[in-house]
Amino acid sequence: MLSFILKRVLYMVPTLIGMSLVSFFIIQLPPGDFLTSLISAIADSGQSLDSATVAALTAQYGLDQPFYVQYWKWISGILFRGDFGWSFDWGQPVSKLIWDRMGITLFVSTLSLILIWAVALPIGIYSAVKRYSIGDHIFTLLGFIGLAIPTFIMALVLMYVSYKFLGQSVGGLFSPEYQDAPWSWAKLWDLCLHLWIPIVVIATNSTAALIRVMRANLSDELNKPYVVTARAKGLSEFTLIMRYPVRIALNPFISTIGWVLPALISGVTITAIVLNLPMAGPLLLRALVSQDMYLAGAFILLMSVLTLVGMLISDILLAVLDPRIRLQ
Amino acid sequence: MTTDLPTTAPTVLEVRSLSVEFALRGGTFTAARDVGFKLQAGRTLCLVGESGSGKSVTARAMMQLIDAPGRIARGNIMLGGAGAPVDIATLNPRGEAIRAIRGRRIGMIFQEPMSSLSPVHTIGAQIVEVLRLHLKMDAKQARARTIELLRQVEIPDPERNIDRYTFEFSGGMRQRAMIAMALACNPQVLIADEPTTALDVTTQAEVLDLISRMQRELGMAMLLITHDMGVVAEVADDVAVMYRGKIVEAGPVDEVFHNARHPYTRRLLSSVLKLERTSELKQAPAAAAAEPILSVRDLGKVYQPRKSLLSRTPKVAVKAVDGVSFDLMAGESLGIVGESGSGKTTLGRLILRIVEPTDGAVTYRPQSGAPIDVRGLDKQGLRNLHQQVRLIFQDPFASLNPRMTVRQIIADPLVVNRIASGAALEARVSELLGMVGLDPAVMERYPHAFSGGQRQRIGIARALALNPRILIADEATSALDVSIRSQMLDLLLELQQRLGLSFLFISHDIGVVRYFCDRVAVMRRGKIVEIGAAETICTAPEHPYTKALISAVPHPDPRHKRMRTRTHLDA
Amino acid sequence: MSLEPDKAFMSAADLTADLPPEEETQFVASAGASAAVAGQWTLMLWKFRRQKVAMASLFIVLLLYLVAILAEFLAPYGVDMTRPQYTYAPPQGISLFVTGADGGWQFLPHASGYKIVVDQEAMRRTFEVDPDKIIPIGLFVTGETYKLWGLFESNLHFIGPTNPADTVYFLGSDRIGRDVLSRLIYGTRISMSIGLVGVVISLALGVFLGGISGYYGGALDTAIQRLVEVVSAMPTIPLWMGLAAAIPLAWPPALVYFTVTAIVSLLGWTSLAREVRGRFFALREEDFVTAARLDGSSEMRLIFRHMLPSITSHLLAMVTLAVPAMIIAETSLSFLGIGLKPPVVSWGVLLQDAQNLRAIANAPWLLFWPALAVMVSVLSFNFLGDGLRDAADPYDN
Repeated sequence: MLSFILKRVLYMVPTLIGMSLVSFFIIQLPPGDFLTSLISAIADSGQSLDSATVAALTAQYGLDQPFYVQYWKWISGILFRGDFGWSFDWGQPVSKLIWDRMGITLFVSTLSLILIWAVALPIGIYSAVKRYSIGDHIFTLLGFIGLAIPTFIMALVLMYVSYKFLGQSVGGLFSPEYQDAPWSWAKLWDLCLHLWIPIVVIATNSTAALIRVMRANLSDELNKPYVVTARAKGLSEFTLIMRYPVRIALNPFISTIGWVLPALISGVTITAIVLNLPMAGPLLLRALVSQDMYLAGAFILLMSVLTLVGMLISDILLAVLDPRIRLQ
Repeated sequence: MTTDLPTTAPTVLEVRSLSVEFALRGGTFTAARDVGFKLQAGRTLCLVGESGSGKSVTARAMMQLIDAPGRIARGNIMLGGAGAPVDIATLNPRGEAIRAIRGRRIGMIFQEPMSSLSPVHTIGAQIVEVLRLHLKMDAKQARARTIELLRQVEIPDPERNIDRYTFEFSGGMRQRAMIAMALACNPQVLIADEPTTALDVTTQAEVLDLISRMQRELGMAMLLITHDMGVVAEVADDVAVMYRGKIVEAGPVDEVFHNARHPYTRRLLSSVLKLERTSELKQAPAAAAAEPILSVRDLGKVYQPRKSLLSRTPKVAVKAVDGVSFDLMAGESLGIVGESGSGKTTLGRLILRIVEPTDGAVTYRPQSGAPIDVRGLDKQGLRNLHQQVRLIFQDPFASLNPRMTVRQIIADPLVVNRIASGAALEARVSELLGMVGLDPAVMERYPHAFSGGQRQRIGIARALALNPRILIADEATSALDVSIRSQMLDLLLELQQRLGLSFLFISHDIGVVRYFCDRVAVMRRGKIVEIGAAETICTAPEHPYTKALISAVPHPDPRHKRMRTRTHLDA
Repeated sequence: MSLEPDKAFMSAADLTADLPPEEETQFVASAGASAAVAGQWTLMLWKFRRQKVAMASLFIVLLLYLVAILAEFLAPYGVDMTRPQYTYAPPQGISLFVTGADGGWQFLPHASGYKIVVDQEAMRRTFEVDPDKIIPIGLFVTGETYKLWGLFESNLHFIGPTNPADTVYFLGSDRIGRDVLSRLIYGTRISMSIGLVGVVISLALGVFLGGISGYYGGALDTAIQRLVEVVSAMPTIPLWMGLAAAIPLAWPPALVYFTVTAIVSLLGWTSLAREVRGRFFALREEDFVTAARLDGSSEMRLIFRHMLPSITSHLLAMVTLAVPAMIIAETSLSFLGIGLKPPVVSWGVLLQDAQNLRAIANAPWLLFWPALAVMVSVLSFNFLGDGLRDAADPYDN
C-alpha cells in the first residue's frame, strides 16, 4: 500500500511540473515584463524608480535571462523559501496575501464536496434501482437543469431570491455586525446563513453530473452476473444491491474526483467573485485585470495543486476500496 | 455412476407446464413453453439445447430469477422433500419465501465464474455470507465451515485461499469456489447452468467429476444445463432436449442417445457424432514427397515485462510461443490443438506477422520462384504474402465491418490490391458468394442481416477473394452451434479440394480437428508437445499431456464414457 | 424417468413442422428486409427518431441557429439603438385585441405603452406598463435600415411597431434604453457561433492528437496523455481567466472574438482527445481492422475507410455534448469582463448588466432573458447530444 502511494506521488511529479509551467506561462503572458509596467505605474504617480532598484529587481527575477532561468528562479523560490514573488498591486509579498484566501477556498470546497456526495450518492442509487420511475424522471430532469445553469447565473439568482424573499444580506461571509466580532455561536450561525448560498451554488453542477454518473454505472452493474449470483444466495434485494453492485459502482464514482475537483475549484472561483466572498476568486480576478501576475500565477498554481492533492486522495481511496487496484 | 439407483428415487422438484414470457415492444415472446420435468434425489437431469432454446430461462425460472420484462406466465414448480410442498411459481420474486429457498434448498452454479463472483470481495466472504444468512452461524463458525467447504471442493491451501480475491484464482479454481458456495447449505437441488462451458477440457473434466462426486455425497437432485452432447452422455441419468422453448424429447440418457425419436434430437446427435471421426469427404493428401508449402523453425515470441521501478514482484518474461517447428505440406490440413493460453492463436499471428516473432524463421514457398523468408519481408513483401496466406477469424460478428455491405467487405481485398474493378469486381464477388453457398443477391446487405454461420461464410469468401494458397483458420468454428459447425467444416473441405488449399487449423476442439485435419500438432505452454497423424493423435497419443487431453474430451455416447476413466496428468 | 407422458408421445411428425431447413443458407424475406440493406446512418436515424426529447432539442437548436443567421431581420431594432429617455423600461405586454369605445373587441395587435412613476423615496423616475396606451405592432414592418450579413440592405423587420417612431420593448430595456430583445437576438449570433467554432477547433485538436495517440501508442501516446492530464487537471475557470486576461484591451473586437474562441476550445479538446484515443485503441484491436490490414489496406485506408467511419457517429455525439461547455465558458468569461467586451454583444456581455444585486432588483429582465437563453441552448445541446450518443452505435443490441 505504501509503495502504491509512493508510486502515485511519483507519477504526479511530471503533472505538477507541467502545471507549474502553465502557471508560469500565464505569468509571462501579458506583453512586456512586469518591471516595465511597474516603472510606468510609478512614473504615473509622479515618482521614479532609481536605476539601482531596477537593476536589483532585474537580477532577482532574472528578467534579462531566458524563460527557463526565470522559471527556475520562480519555482525554486516557491519550493525552497515559500516565496511566490511580489505583488505590485498590493505592495507586499504574494505569500502574505494568498494563504488566508486559499484556506477559506479549501474549506468551502471541502464542504461543497461533502454536500455533492451526500446528495448525489443516494439519489444516483435510487435513480438506477428505480429506473424509469416517476422519481427517477424528476431527478433526471432536475439534474439536466442543474447541469445547464452556469454557476454564476445560479449565484445571481440565489442572491436575488435570498434578498427578495428571505431579506438576507448577501455577499461576504459575515453580516457587518459580526465582521470583526470574536467567534461565538451567533457568529457561527451567521456564517452558516452566508455559506449556504455559495455552497449550494458550487455544488449544483457537480451534483447533477455525479447523479448521472452513479445512475449510469450502477445501472450497468445491476445487470452483471454477480448480482444474479447474490440473488441466488437468498439475500434480500436491499442487502444485495448495497453489498455488491453499489459497492462496485462506487469505484468509478470516486474516481470522478479527477474532474469534479477542477470543476469545483472553477465554481468556487466564479461564485466567490459574484458573491464577493473573501476567497481566492475575487483576488485572482483583480490581479489578472491589473496584471499583477505573480499573485495571479500563485493562485492558479495553488488551485491546480489542490486538485492534484484531491486526486491523490481519491487514488488512495480507490486502492483501499478495490483489491484489483491494490494488488495489481 | 448413478445408473444403478432405482428410478423410483423420491421426486424433489417437479416442473409442470411452465411457460415463461417476455413482453417486448413487438408483442410477447415465449422463451419457454409448456415445459415439464421432474428432478429426483441423487439423479441428474440434463437439459440440452442450442443457444436460444430457452434452457437457461427455464433454469432461472426455478429460482424466480427471471429479470423484467420476463415473467412466469403459467405452470407450477413444485418443490417437495422435507416440509410442506411449495409452488415456487407462485412466490413473489422479491419475497421472503423464495429467499429462504434460494441458496438454502436450491443451489445454483453459473457459466462464467469470473463475472458471477464479486471482484471486490474475497472468495471466503462470499461463502461465509450464505452460511450466516441461512444457517445463522457466527463469524467464526462460518469461517471454519467455509475452509472445510473449500477443502471439499479441492481448493489447495484453503486457510490461505479463503482470503483471496476472484482475480487471483484460475478459471477452474473460481468454478470450484462457486460450487462450494452453491453447496454451502447442503441444498436438495443443484442447478448448474453451463458450468463448464467457459473452461478448458481438462478443467471441465475435473469440475464435472467434482460436481458428480458432491451430488453423490449429498444425495442432491441435479439439473445440468448444457449445449454439449458429450457432457450429457458423460454425466446425465435423464435427458430433456429443448428446442425453441419446448422440450421435444425426454427420457433416460441411453434411450435418447440410441433411440431418439424426434428429428431435432436425431439431427443434433448426428452432427455431434459426425465430429467423432474423420470426415468422409476427406481424401488422402497429395503425394508425401511434395515440398512443404510453409516451414516454421524454432519460432518464438517472448513478451518482455514492462520495466517498473517500484514493482514489488519482479516480473518475468512470458514465452507465449517457444521454439515451435513444423512443416505444412501443400494440400494438407494441419491442426494446432491446445487449451487456452497454450499459444496457438499467437502462433497463427506470428506466421502472418500480425504479431512480430522474437525468434526463429518462417519460410513460405510460392508456386514459382525462390522460398520466401517471411521475417525478412518488407512492407510490400508482407502485403504480397498476405495475399497468399489468409486468415479466417473466430468471431464472425467482430471480423466483419458492420458499416460496410457484404459486397464492399468481399471486394475490399480485390480493390486495395487493384485486382478487379467495375463489372469484373461485381462478377467476382458473386462468384465468391456462390462458392461459399450464399445467394449473390444478398451482396447489398449489411452484416447485421446475417446469422453467425452466414457471417462466417462471408468471412471465408473474403479470405478466398485473392486466390490464396494457405488459409489459417483460427477457431473458425468455435463460435457456432454444433449443427452449423459441421456444415462449415464440410464447406471448408469442399473448398480445399476444389481450390487446392492448405490449412493451418487452430482449434481447442479435438473433435473438429479430428474431422478436418490430416495431421495434428498439440501445443502446451507455447511448445508443441506432439505432432502426428490426426487419427493417431486422437486415438493413440504418446505424450502424457496429449493422453490427458484426449481422454478428458467427453464422449457423446453414454455406453462408452471416456472422461471418467481418463488419464490424469501429474503436474 | 422424469418425463411427462403427454410430451413423450407427441408424434414426431407434429414436431418436424417447425424445424428449419438444415442448410443455413436460406434467406427469409421479412419485415427486416429493408433493415438488411440499411447503412449506419439510416439505422442511426431510425434509432434517433424514436427519442422525442432529442428530436425536440434538435428543433430548438436549429431554431437558435436560424435566429443567429437572421438576427438583423428578426430584431425589431439595431443592436446599438439607444433611447436614454427609456432607462430600465420593463417588458411590455402584447395583446391581440383592443376593446373599442362601444365595448366590442377589435383585432389590433399591440403593445402597451409606459407611464412614468416617480419613486418618492429613491427620488427616481421609473417606468410602469400602462395598458391604456396602445402601440400597434405588426409582422414584417419597416424600421431601421440594416445590412443583412453586411451585404443586403433592407429595412424590413420581422416584428416591430407599425409606426417606426413608436418604441416597443418586448423584453424590456437596459440602462441606456437599448432593446433587450434585439440585443438578445444579436447575442445569439455571437454566443451560438462561439460554441460552434470552438468545438470545431477542439475537434480538430482532439481528433488529431487523440488519433495519433491511440493509433501509434508508445512514447508519443505517453507524452500526449501527460499533456491531456495536466490540462484537464487544472481548474478551467482560473486558467481561462489567466489566458483571457492577457488579451490586450486595444485589440479589435473580431480578434478578441477569435482569441476567446481559441482559449475556450484550447481547454475543451482534452476530453475529446481522450475519447478518440480510447476508441482508436479499442478499434485497433478489432478483428475487422486486422482483417482489413491483412487484405492489404494502407495505413490511410485503414484509418479513413475502416476506423473513422466507426467513430464518426460517436464524434458527432461528443461534439454536440462539448458545445454547452463552450457556451458556458464564453458567457462566464464575458460576464467577468475578461472575455468579449462591448460593443460586441453576446449573452455573457448582456449578463454584465446584471452583475450586482441592485441592477437585478431594479430590472430582473436583464438577468432573466439572457440566462434563459443560455439555459435553453445548453439544455437543448445536452439532450440532443444524449440522443445522438444513444443512437451512435446502432449495432449493439
